[in-house]
Amino acid sequence: MLTLKQSRRLQSVVVGTLSWAVALLIFFPIFWMILTSFKTEMDAIATPPQLFFAPTLENYLHINERSDYFSFAWNSVLISFSATVLSMLIAVPAAYSMAFHESRHTKRTLLWMLSTKMLPPVGVLMPIYLLCKSMGLLDSRIALIVIYTLINLPIVVWMVYTYFKDIPVDILEAARLDGATTFQEIGRVLLPIARGGLASTMLLSLILCWNEAFWSLNLTSSAAAPLTALVASYSSPEGLFWAKLSAVSTLACAPILIFGWISQKQLVRGLSFGAVK
Amino acid sequence: MADLSIRNLQKGFDGHAIIQGIDLDVRDREFVVFVGPSGCGKSTLLRLIAGLEEVTSGTISLDGKDITDLAPAKRDLAMVFQTYALYPHMTVRKNLSFALDLARVDKATVKAKVDNAARILELERLLERKPKQLSGGQRQRVAIGRAIVRNPKIFLFDEPLSNLDAALRVQTRLELARLHKELKATMIYVTHDQVEAMTLADKVVVLNGGRVEQVGSPLDLYNHPANLFVAGFLGTPKMGFLRGTVGAVDGSSCEVQLEAGAKLTLPRQACGQKAGASVTLGVRPEHFNIVPAGEGQLQVVADVSERLGSDTYCHVRTANGEQLTIRVRGDFGPAYGQPLELAFDTAHCHLFDAAGVAIDKRSAAEQAA
Repeated sequence: MLTLKQSRRLQSVVVGTLSWAVALLIFFPIFWMILTSFKTEMDAIATPPQLFFAPTLENYLHINERSDYFSFAWNSVLISFSATVLSMLIAVPAAYSMAFHESRHTKRTLLWMLSTKMLPPVGVLMPIYLLCKSMGLLDSRIALIVIYTLINLPIVVWMVYTYFKDIPVDILEAARLDGATTFQEIGRVLLPIARGGLASTMLLSLILCWNEAFWSLNLTSSAAAPLTALVASYSSPEGLFWAKLSAVSTLACAPILIFGWISQKQLVRGLSFGAVK
Repeated sequence: MADLSIRNLQKGFDGHAIIQGIDLDVRDREFVVFVGPSGCGKSTLLRLIAGLEEVTSGTISLDGKDITDLAPAKRDLAMVFQTYALYPHMTVRKNLSFALDLARVDKATVKAKVDNAARILELERLLERKPKQLSGGQRQRVAIGRAIVRNPKIFLFDEPLSNLDAALRVQTRLELARLHKELKATMIYVTHDQVEAMTLADKVVVLNGGRVEQVGSPLDLYNHPANLFVAGFLGTPKMGFLRGTVGAVDGSSCEVQLEAGAKLTLPRQACGQKAGASVTLGVRPEHFNIVPAGEGQLQVVADVSERLGSDTYCHVRTANGEQLTIRVRGDFGPAYGQPLELAFDTAHCHLFDAAGVAIDKRSAAEQAA
């Protein structure tokens, strides 16, 4: 029999090993992608796969020659940030009213909003494509911004709603008695208290927009095409070039990964600062 | 000036009537306490006054001006919440000055008012702290300070002490009483704790089921409860109740035959009851005496006793199973099941008719006064 101390120790070793294993498993494809991006095409398809090789930058140079990376990246940045800001502008008042002025229909509205996420996007591809076409919005950033705003809105509203629900309504009532208008109540009391939650919601929305591929591939070609479209453009006609595909994917992921990594520290700080009770 | 007057106030939620027609007057500089069991509507009534809930019907007016539909901020009232409701992202100073900042009061005045409130509540050294760096008692003081700074016509308190520990509650209760005198303020205070009601109030409003049961000074309510509810609600331990019927009645007294066995003659000028009518006798724990066998009127059996040192609360049962509590000065420890004999202090016994309404024990002259 193990003593209590020994069994606790064993437990922590087992849990630690397991978490590392899961973390590595999740990280492995990204690691392999980055690794492959520095291989020659021959090394990339070699069997058995090579862990050690002579690294090269030729894939990145090739991409730089063939396509205008920064134009795609700028589109991604512009579309993701605009869609995120727009959805927050809609979500904050919506979540405020649902969290603090609940009506009989609030719960149903929330569920209905979420249910729209269950519809496969391809189901509305044709009408949306035709709408964009007749409005002259094919290959335009505006179309993507509007669509991303709307498809992420249910999740954004839900998240903001959940963060708002954690804030005691007393605090807002105190502000109301102190003479705050509804805008002051939201702007000077509610938002500062919820800022940690709002920041994580915005980060999630940014990531979702950044990685969205279905609509960007179907509705853009060049002028408004974001990084996802750039990646896709490397995957077809001349056959698969693993190394170049990996390099372009790495370039597509890098900005949002770095942004997420930097803001993570702010987020943790923001979340603990928001503590109300 | 701060004279609040409430007329036929009603409030319903989803078809349930929470407040069922309340009439009430709060005079300038009065300390009024709303007390009642949970769910009696006391907090709702306060929130209606504050403007945080919409009135279904009836009117609320302050100094003759109808404020029934006015926005909370326009009513010139300040509220202290049970949870303190401090702004967690602001320092104590910002918390105190928030209302004045919103009203665009000039900086020098704001500073003077905040410093004054901080001095009154001894918060000077905490002004640059955030609420989460404060203890419960300090947060409570900041919440009160936030109200003081605004110099409102009426202070509203919603169970402000219930999140504090017992010792701090007693201390803060005293501070509130002192504050009321110093500020010469009008205060309305909601609590379920009758000790707070008795100690703080100039006027107690006992609420039950959305209605006012009785309004009066604490001791008036204690000595002359208008009905069984008020009699049972105010006083710790609770008043004991014994069922009985009216016996012989004359102009100055009324005979009561208790189901528990005793027959009492109570001094009553105008009993208004016919012989044979069923009544309830109410006796406070301090108005019983335990006497040697043969000298009392009622035989009971000792249940458990709570011995507090200074007093003993001796719980007893009558022959027909009614429970009573007797307060005995000093220490007293009867054995469980020991027979005891009680004498009634008939001058202080309360009598209630079949509907639970008190049969007033004061003379007609006293009542008129």
